[in-house]
Amino acid sequence: MNQELPPPIANADSLAYWNAARERKLVLRKCRACDTLHFMPRCLCPACWSDQLEWVPSKGMGTVYSFSVIRRAPLPAFAARVPYVTALIELDEGPRMMANVVGENALSVQIGDKVRVTFEDRGNGVLIPQFELVNT
Amino acid sequence: MTHCATLKNKVAIVGVGESDIGRVANMTGLGLNAQAAKRALDDAGLKPSDIDGLLTAYSFTEPYFMLGSVLCEYLGIKPRLNASMVVGGASPAVMLKHAAQAIACGQADTILICAGENRATGQTRDEAIAALVAVGHPYFEQPYGTSIPGLYAMIAQRHMHKYGTTREQMAHVAVNTRAHALLHPNAHMKKPCSVEDVLNAKPIADPLGMLDCCLISDAGGAFIVTSAERARDSRAKPVYLQGIGEHHTHEHLLCAPSLTEFGAAESGRIAYAMAGLTPADMDLAQLYDCFSIVPIVEIEELGFCEPGEGGAFFEMGHTRIGGKLPVNTHGGMLSHAHAGAAGGLLGIVEAVRQLRGGLGPRQVEGAEVALVHNEGGILSSHCSLILANDKG
Repeated sequence: MNQELPPPIANADSLAYWNAARERKLVLRKCRACDTLHFMPRCLCPACWSDQLEWVPSKGMGTVYSFSVIRRAPLPAFAARVPYVTALIELDEGPRMMANVVGENALSVQIGDKVRVTFEDRGNGVLIPQFELVNT
Repeated sequence: MTHCATLKNKVAIVGVGESDIGRVANMTGLGLNAQAAKRALDDAGLKPSDIDGLLTAYSFTEPYFMLGSVLCEYLGIKPRLNASMVVGGASPAVMLKHAAQAIACGQADTILICAGENRATGQTRDEAIAALVAVGHPYFEQPYGTSIPGLYAMIAQRHMHKYGTTREQMAHVAVNTRAHALLHPNAHMKKPCSVEDVLNAKPIADPLGMLDCCLISDAGGAFIVTSAERARDSRAKPVYLQGIGEHHTHEHLLCAPSLTEFGAAESGRIAYAMAGLTPADMDLAQLYDCFSIVPIVEIEELGFCEPGEGGAFFEMGHTRIGGKLPVNTHGGMLSHAHAGAAGGLLGIVEAVRQLRGGLGPRQVEGAEVALVHNEGGILSSHCSLILANDKG
């Protein structure tokens, strides 16, 4: 499904992240020198510039920091999907990441809602992290 | 660093110009720049050979690499200072700062700053929207179908959540600028709009509708900066740069430190300190208004009201011409013009015109000091500047 949507592009900074996603794992960068976690993987720690980094698993749980329901798709590939939710997710570990909130009740999303990671098939075995609302 | 070396009263803007605006099918993006530049030069009473520096920004509609050099070539000038600067919408104010620095240390005498694009006729609406997707992170935002309105919408959503700001209050921002645009002979939008019109406009990215979003215009703007000393001989009344400050906190929204606190507070603090002035000294403000939530955030950060009170400040009409702090007296990017870096640049042009006086029904009575704020990215890069019609 969703093979018409753009697959993510892996590069030297992010290859391990996307490889982990293929195995339905969400991972974060952690600095061995100052313990800071970061999203948007870099080759050095944005807090202390140490290049001694490791990949650590995220529990995949988070909170909706903010969101928007997109009703005018920016690219043709997303037109069939409108309306859809783009959201900034604050992971329980701290860093924030962008994703869609998916699932049948996604359009009811509110700031502060608890979410859990899920993975969406973008074709050829490529999975991208998404989030669904946790029923409370 | 808490202190910036002063640029107070080192330079003045001595000429301003804007191109034809709206759908200008007979002109290229370079042509719009050139038309605005010629008008600014005429306004200043200068000739092309007086220009020894050129700064410009970027273009999404034309395929040129090295846009600064391309513009020098198009204009037939051979300056000793030239660059194309890309700080998004903050570029014009940042270019003014670089020009002031260069002039203050004698690297150039008279610098032309211009920006412009033919976004309305040089590409289709779909192409314009698709091109701007590039502002989102290519690997960690774009795969999720983020749009520029959608990213700003998240800021609006968070502001509403934290402070209780309403869609109606944001609509007042759009209505405010539209009322001003109707007083400007060159504004893209020529019909009035109401709060209901804004609320009922086509939804784009909740909570933003079409009229909460900036225009897609053909537009160019230009201004000419020279030393305060040279400015004494200029044809038009010089407008002096009294304070200017920048602050940069992120590019992509996923890396923003906060969605309710941005870099405008710090860029404003530097500018006020340099000028030795406070928000209460400002007679008007030209704020960046790519989306209706943005001037609300900026008016708070720049100290004109308390955090969370920006929406009410617009709703109460304080930002109308004749109000406590007239904002975007030309109509801003929501109603006057928006075409890349030209959008913020035209705010500088309008501030200069207001400080010279004589604008008829659009004139802010007794305007002596103006604040201009440009921002780029998703409230990522900020530059605030204070202009005055004497040296204070």
